[in-house]
Amino acid sequence: MGSFLVRRLLVMVPLLVGITFVVFAVMNLAPGDPFAELRMNPSFSPDTVAALEREFGFGQPLLVRYVKWLWQAAHLDLGVSVAYRVPVTELIAMRALNTLILAAASIALSWTLAIPIGIFVAQRPGSVADRVLSFLAFLGMSVPNFFLAFLLMYLALRSGWFPIGGTTSLGYDALGPGAQVLDRLHHLILPVVVLGTSGMASLMRLMRGQILAIRDADFVRTARAKGVPERWVVWKHVLRNALNPFVTLAGYELGTLLSGAALVEAVMNLQGLGTLLLEAVRSLDVFLVLGSVLMGSVLLLLGNLLADLALSAVDPRIDFARLEAAR
Amino acid sequence: MRALAWFRAGGLVVAGSAALLAALVLMALLAPVIAPYDYTAQNRQFPNCPPSPLRVRPLSEWSASILSTYPYHLADPTTRRYELQTDTVVPIRLFSAGHLFTTPPDGPKFFLLGTDGLGRDLFSRIVYGGRVSLAVGIIGVTITCTLGTILGTIAGYFGGWVDTVIMRATEVQMSLPTFYLLLALAAVIPANFGPGRRFLLIVAIMSGAGWAGFARVIRGLVVALRQLEYVTAARALGVPRRTILARHVIPGTFGYTIVAATLGIPSFILGESALSLLGLGIQEPGASWGNLLSEAQNVQNLVRYPWILTPGAFIFATVMCCNFLGDHLRDRLDPRARVS
Repeated sequence: MGSFLVRRLLVMVPLLVGITFVVFAVMNLAPGDPFAELRMNPSFSPDTVAALEREFGFGQPLLVRYVKWLWQAAHLDLGVSVAYRVPVTELIAMRALNTLILAAASIALSWTLAIPIGIFVAQRPGSVADRVLSFLAFLGMSVPNFFLAFLLMYLALRSGWFPIGGTTSLGYDALGPGAQVLDRLHHLILPVVVLGTSGMASLMRLMRGQILAIRDADFVRTARAKGVPERWVVWKHVLRNALNPFVTLAGYELGTLLSGAALVEAVMNLQGLGTLLLEAVRSLDVFLVLGSVLMGSVLLLLGNLLADLALSAVDPRIDFARLEAAR
Repeated sequence: MRALAWFRAGGLVVAGSAALLAALVLMALLAPVIAPYDYTAQNRQFPNCPPSPLRVRPLSEWSASILSTYPYHLADPTTRRYELQTDTVVPIRLFSAGHLFTTPPDGPKFFLLGTDGLGRDLFSRIVYGGRVSLAVGIIGVTITCTLGTILGTIAGYFGGWVDTVIMRATEVQMSLPTFYLLLALAAVIPANFGPGRRFLLIVAIMSGAGWAGFARVIRGLVVALRQLEYVTAARALGVPRRTILARHVIPGTFGYTIVAATLGIPSFILGESALSLLGLGIQEPGASWGNLLSEAQNVQNLVRYPWILTPGAFIFATVMCCNFLGDHLRDRLDPRARVS
């Protein structure tokens, strides 16, 4: 297991270098430059702009600049944002926390609802409850994130029950610690519902399918024949085996959640990693773009790795040698 | 009995989704006929005009057409409050001047779904936007399926180092934060690119990000197909490799391909909508279902002119129909699906 972990972590390095290089090269192909606006601004003298350009290394060959950045990044320094004039790491740390809270809360919501509903529905396939809930799951899977976000925002505006946009209220700093948490939660509800819906729907369908596929398996029939109580059969035999793919899914879900969150953040105007990247991309803030993409990739790769580790912990049939051989 | 079984198996839903999809495609193909007005024509006197009322009256000596509407009048330009002028009747002419329905060219207009901030007829824009959105889905899926089939078949049939290289490539692709890359790449498309090139580039970027999962499944299928007796027999008979692949191996993957393609269309439509919504995809004055929604990003617009959300309903409907159809096709065609 130790060597497996080391190898997986080592493989990540060239991958991250590749991703960042592509993004770096593409950003340099982009027309215009981040200083165009400053140059038009009469309150900045040409000398200041030139000094800034030198500071950020513009004008040097692409490869030189990239290697410089890479060397810095290896020392956990992701450079300075051109637009904010703040270290990129600080900006990302601030925003990534919000995105992670959003993603974690949506996973929690979708899992706590989807799995019991999936189990409930799989117990009575073809019933009215099954049909209604499965249809709702279909709707939930099909509704575009951003459309649901718009609809919920419209309802929230009409009813005034939920705040629109932002992660905190205006007077956040004046609130007590307890009220601050409540305020954050209040702002979190709508985005989490939006982001959790599609995940919930597909998880529920998966759970239902898994249980239906397993409930007639030989080992389940054996358990019943032995006289194991039905509740015990479901919990100990059916569920235990039905859950395996979910463990893998949890890690991989992080990837979809990151992209889903970026869009929801943009639509609902939340301060997260996705909106940070979007702003950076729009203002051609190269280092900030690189940092955000790097952060997103690291989160995704770690999620996948965690998923594999968790799977082997849950399913004793999986061992690392086999996992490696299968790759 | 048979009809009942068909109904219980979801036949109505499947037939309904197929019909709705066909209608949407037809709408896009016949856009110049279906749309009552030019989708870029601005009616500056009618910004954010609500949907016009539709009146149905039997033909009589006073009215020349069955359908008619009342025109709106911008009563207060600052708040964009409109008043209905019930004293004037505007006839809606069917099959006239090359349109399915339209109003007399010089008179007031009939805004079926209201207008946007520049007074452009939202329905006409949706009809034309459907061309872009549906084309993205269909072209994108065609590219990914072709690419995935070629690479998956090569990897699965030939094995060895080719297989290793291709599979590693899919792993790399699958561990990319796709949407982040999409944002970064779409943002740097030069502004002087025409709408056509921009469209193609966006589809290409999205296809490049979506083939890996598909190629892996195809590879798995091909590995299994390769060992079947009829393939061995063909090889023993001396059938050329190209023919074996084209006639005996690749057709065996078509069942999965059809399912994956149907289920894959939504992700392209959603990807394009998301990009256009954020202003990185299809640019004004071009229309796509996504960029029509970008006006709703302003909360004030959303609450005062809720009809600007209708393009979202079109996206929703398309995605849902594709999912229904794909799910049904999977039960029919994909032998690996066991879900009842």
